[in-house]
Amino acid sequence: MSREEHILELLIGPQHPASGHMRLVAEVDGDVVVSLRPDIGYVHRTVEKLAETKKYIQVVPLVERPPLADTANHNLGYVLAVERLLGIEAPPRAQWLRTLLAEMNRIHSHLYGLGIHGIMLGSSTAFMWAFGDREIMIEMAQRLTGARLTYSYMIPGGVRRDLPPGFAGEMEKALRYLERRLPDYDKIFFSNPVTRARLEGVGVLTKEDAIRLGIVGPNLRASGVPYDVRKVEPYCAYPELDFQVVTREEGDSMARLLVRVGEIKESINMIRQILKKLPEGPILEERYLKMIPPKWKDWMAEKGRIKIPAALASLKPPKGEAVARVEAARGEVVFYIVSDGSPKPYRLRMVTPSFRNVVLFEHLIRNCRVADIPAIYGSIDYFPPEADR
Amino acid sequence: MVCGMSGTILLGDLEITARKAARWLVEKTPIRSLRDWGISFSLWPVHFTTACCGAEFAAASAPRFDAERFGFLPFVAPRQCNLMLIEGTLTKKMAEAAIWVYEQMPEPKFVMAMGACAIDGGIFWNSYNIVRPKDILPVEVFIPGCPPRPEAVARAVIILQRRIRRGESVGLKV
Amino acid sequence: MASKSEVPEELRSLLSEALGDLSPEIQMTAGSVSVKVSPENLREAAERMRKAGFDHVKAVTAIDLPEANEIEVVYHISSYTDPRLSRWIVALRTSVPRDDPKLPSLYDVWPSVKYQEMEQWEMLGVEFEGHPGLRRLLLPDTYEGPPPLRKEYKVKVEGINA
Repeated sequence: MSREEHILELLIGPQHPASGHMRLVAEVDGDVVVSLRPDIGYVHRTVEKLAETKKYIQVVPLVERPPLADTANHNLGYVLAVERLLGIEAPPRAQWLRTLLAEMNRIHSHLYGLGIHGIMLGSSTAFMWAFGDREIMIEMAQRLTGARLTYSYMIPGGVRRDLPPGFAGEMEKALRYLERRLPDYDKIFFSNPVTRARLEGVGVLTKEDAIRLGIVGPNLRASGVPYDVRKVEPYCAYPELDFQVVTREEGDSMARLLVRVGEIKESINMIRQILKKLPEGPILEERYLKMIPPKWKDWMAEKGRIKIPAALASLKPPKGEAVARVEAARGEVVFYIVSDGSPKPYRLRMVTPSFRNVVLFEHLIRNCRVADIPAIYGSIDYFPPEADR
Repeated sequence: MVCGMSGTILLGDLEITARKAARWLVEKTPIRSLRDWGISFSLWPVHFTTACCGAEFAAASAPRFDAERFGFLPFVAPRQCNLMLIEGTLTKKMAEAAIWVYEQMPEPKFVMAMGACAIDGGIFWNSYNIVRPKDILPVEVFIPGCPPRPEAVARAVIILQRRIRRGESVGLKV
Repeated sequence: MASKSEVPEELRSLLSEALGDLSPEIQMTAGSVSVKVSPENLREAAERMRKAGFDHVKAVTAIDLPEANEIEVVYHISSYTDPRLSRWIVALRTSVPRDDPKLPSLYDVWPSVKYQEMEQWEMLGVEFEGHPGLRRLLLPDTYEGPPPLRKEYKVKVEGINA
């Protein structure tokens, strides 16, 4: 038989039992995948075009929607870019509160990735445990911000709410619970012979390829490149926190999974440090705080919230451009804003980690079995709404 | 054709008559209530994680908000599911896939729209790439929220169950 | 664009050494160092930057400027391997005429631009010559019309009725 008759084109269509919609067009020869092409765009919601029609503060919920499991970090990236355009800096307490929410979000985003990876491999136990443990962090985030997933907590100039009373004690209980649970995951899921057989040595990404293809996030760190934006170009409170960049050398799917678990442990330590060292002070920048009418001052002090002044609601940054990047849970997010002096951005460019990792589908899923496709797909923590924006 | 006792010949198709009789029997109250009760407690949604609301849908099936106690088990194959939950924004490219999945589902089938984007576009209302689900599918229950809390999803399942058991559901009138 | 601070010394000397004869316009902007070259020199500048240690591209952006009748294409590059350069983002940019936006693709210099150049071709109509395969990535196959992110393509801003 000639080559064309051997090869079957298999469409792993947009409706499939994993997180979000994308289509994988695989060419298979028997049970071996010869090549794979990702067909994305099923969740393309044109965030960049819509951002040109909304005011700067209205864009905050807009940029939060693509990466739904990891909203605080993208919110932070956007707000840092706007603050650089304006040439202002948030007060120290706001910076530390931002870091607190960012780390909490990192924990529950990694648990989401773990759960989805588990269910792709067939382990519904991992799915149920990961989603159940995620609820602890989501509940704590709800106490801080009022929402479960889409916080819109950070605005240009500061944050919207202060720490509620009793938060530190509750958080310590939550962190201790998570620390007790992580060894259980190890026993049931990571050291499980089935998981190890399916993940070890599968989808190996070498260090040179990771650098050449521009991969980001835990996928890069699992291939031996210790690059983390929180260390390379620190922002918010990270210069004063003591943490390590988790890297592994093997570059296979198991390494990527274990890097994420290591990052959860580092985030738990960071949250403890933040709650000990949190400085006192206002949560919104001086000039916006002065614009709030005095009758709201008592209400604000009592409730620990702020009232957004009109000037902040219709910000007009000076003409110019700004770039900001943060380390989100899935990788590095880059925000590039061009402003022409009007209340709406002229061009917003948002390069999300999943979009930069799309090339891994073509690169890693080659000469492997069909059953390796979900194992590799889950290990790169790809989230289609984030990649398509 | 059936021959009567007195030698008259009745013309008719046994197949069609038998079907009509079966339908008449099933629509009689005791059996219909039993059928509707059975359907309402075994609504299996197809795993159609459209967009961001999918994360809250997954949380609704997860330990804290366990939707499986209503018989609601997300299942992967559309041919074995009878509920379709449009979670979040439906883009043009995905709308085709939504119709294919809807057509593959067996009767009687129900559609729910979850999230602000599925009602009237949500925060992406002026995008050039989205479709309103109510224009292409017969949606019965709309769940507001961005994203709706998992308790809201559980509430919507209860509302759909009530609609089915009261006979108001569109999916049953086939 | 008012530059609020000066380009840091080590970077300035590296840039003028690598790109001196291509007459770049170097300016400090918020968060990045902007280096503007002409479209003919873009490829040469990119190769020299790669030799200097900038090994990947973070973002490819095309900005539509209808008043000046040009499209500005910006490549934000940085380094994974060189610790002195990792903390800087250099914005390598050029401008092409709006009616005929053709640029050489930088795929053989930096393979990390593959999907981003595809996306900017689709969204703004910039032709990247030499790209391995420019195809529809995010938009549906049935989409007809001008590239969506151009300024003449207007989306509704009022009225909720679809």
